[in-house]
Amino acid sequence: MFSYRIPLRQWITTVVEYLERELGPAFDGFSAFVYFLVDNLKEGMLFLPPIVLILLIAALTWYMAGWKNSIVAFLGLLLSENIGLWEAFVETLALVLSAEILVVTVGLPLGIWSARSDRFNSILRPILDFMQTMPAFVYLIPAVMFFGLGLVPGVVATFVFALPPLIRLTNLGIRQVPIELVEAADAFGATEMQKLLKVQIPVARPTILAGVNQSIMLGLSMVVIAAMIGAGGLGEDVLRGIQRLQVGQGFEAGLVVVILAIILDRITAGLGVRKNAAK
Amino acid sequence: MEDKITVKNLSKIFGNNPGKALEELRKGKSKDDILGEMNHKVGVHEVSFSVRKSEIFVLMGLSGSGKSTLLRLINRLHEPSGGEIIIDGTDLTKLNKKQLREFRRKHFCGMVFQNFAILPHLTVQENVEFGLELQSVDKETRAAKALEVIKMVGLEGNENSYPAELSGGMQQRVGLARGLAVDADILLMDEAFSALDPIIRRQMQDELLEIQDRMQKTIIFVTHDLDEAFRLGNRIAIMKDGKIVQVGSAEDIISKPADDYVKAFVEDMDRSAILTAASVMHPPEDTAFIGDGPRTILRKIRKKGLTGILITNTRKELKGYVRAVELADYINQHKDSENIPMDEKLIHETAATDQNTPLSDIINLYTEHEYGPIAVTGDDNKLKGVIVKGAVIAALSESYSHPENGKSLDKNL
Repeated sequence: MFSYRIPLRQWITTVVEYLERELGPAFDGFSAFVYFLVDNLKEGMLFLPPIVLILLIAALTWYMAGWKNSIVAFLGLLLSENIGLWEAFVETLALVLSAEILVVTVGLPLGIWSARSDRFNSILRPILDFMQTMPAFVYLIPAVMFFGLGLVPGVVATFVFALPPLIRLTNLGIRQVPIELVEAADAFGATEMQKLLKVQIPVARPTILAGVNQSIMLGLSMVVIAAMIGAGGLGEDVLRGIQRLQVGQGFEAGLVVVILAIILDRITAGLGVRKNAAK
Repeated sequence: MEDKITVKNLSKIFGNNPGKALEELRKGKSKDDILGEMNHKVGVHEVSFSVRKSEIFVLMGLSGSGKSTLLRLINRLHEPSGGEIIIDGTDLTKLNKKQLREFRRKHFCGMVFQNFAILPHLTVQENVEFGLELQSVDKETRAAKALEVIKMVGLEGNENSYPAELSGGMQQRVGLARGLAVDADILLMDEAFSALDPIIRRQMQDELLEIQDRMQKTIIFVTHDLDEAFRLGNRIAIMKDGKIVQVGSAEDIISKPADDYVKAFVEDMDRSAILTAASVMHPPEDTAFIGDGPRTILRKIRKKGLTGILITNTRKELKGYVRAVELADYINQHKDSENIPMDEKLIHETAATDQNTPLSDIINLYTEHEYGPIAVTGDDNKLKGVIVKGAVIAALSESYSHPENGKSLDKNL
């Protein structure tokens, strides 16, 4: 239709290359930090004998979500160990947890900020829409450019993908705090910080924790995709199953992902309702 | 009495350019014009009044009259568009953010809301401690103070309950206790009892009055319920369209409504509960002294055309009531004597009441006592006035509705 083609791809490439060149040291530093985080988590969990970690996770599930869920978790974890996917399981767990730590560190303040500033919120919202609708595979390219191959770009891609729901739900939760509660705090002479810490965040807690839950689930869905850039873990086994058309192997790994998803979902869903529930 | 809060020309206009809207309003544009032309909503328009120390001042009006907005202007939850708010000599509108926060901590017992606005994740005790915690009061002091007010509002034993476990009335007690726990003296209450069912509401009103007796806070109470306003308010401000139409005691408002709006408002009130002895009594001109002697007393009764008369001693202390018929008989029996003494038996005990007794109670006195008018006396038993039946009926009939057609018999009074 037109003889002129907008050089969009050149622009993007230029920007990403420019960032890579200019911010290289910063990316390296960040990369080292993420590696430190995820590697320690992984090694720490692998250091324990499988049965100890299985019992610990089952106990945590019991505490957060009751004995029925705990039994499901316990049996599921035993199965994972039995079919030889224990190390992959731990690797994936470390990846998801590291990504979630980053998500909470970044997402919570951004969510709070956008709840307090309509202007910031109106800037942030289209960015979040963009982040959520962009196919997850696309994140892999810059992640690899900035962080190379391996666990770190996997964590970063997962982080980017899982960030929006926490920001959105934190924003929503704080905005939904009844106006009278905020007025009451103001009327007693609360500072902005007191209002935030003693009223807004505690009251928004269930919604914020629903955001944490959502972002963990999204993070898990990124596991297989992240395996494409060498993040390892269960995703790698699924990928191998695809490449070699080994349906059994692929399903086994997929099943363990489901088990992990169930456990993380029950535990984090429990967080939201625990304290506010009236006896 | 000393003024605690003085509000001068206070206005609140919602919109992007309240200053301009206020100017237009001063030039004589109506609220509707401002809304139509500038899309600014006038919440409160140039309101002035003062609240006395330790009184319950009620802001009363229908929804949209600006009463809740006005309440929120007083502690600057809403930023005033114009005017002054002077509390204990400080103009609140001149304070910066930090000063305002300090001022709120020192002078305001927070606020009590219609929907309680207590924190769902905290226990009763923690909720009550909230205001103190914001001021970094240490834990022991906080707990002691909280326990004290929890007792006062009757929540003992529920310290560790969560709000969701409490009934509405109990939740509102928490809201009230939270305000009372703070060492400040202005309590703002926004439709505080409106969400409660009638019996609980009544109970809470009584308790508030009881607590107020002890605590002597300066309370501004917003309500749309006239009964509540009259029960609680030492003085009541009736609001309409962002302005105060009338300020006065319940009796002032009932007996001298400022305009038709107020009149229509108070028309259906149970006047007998609000009007007091003082508003219907006559000055005690027609009395006789106990030393006057029977003949003099009888002459006095006849001259005034009465059927009897109240007797006092020279210090104006009430002694009783004498009936003309009996007195005449007595004089007849002793018509030979020059100087007959007054017989104690002729002086009947009479109904006496004090000035603040509502008419509803006075009506009962009529059924209990056979003779005479009702004497109004002070604490010292001195006669202050006399109430005759006719005056009570006249006062009540101003709002009397005919039971059959439900229409007011006399709209003009």
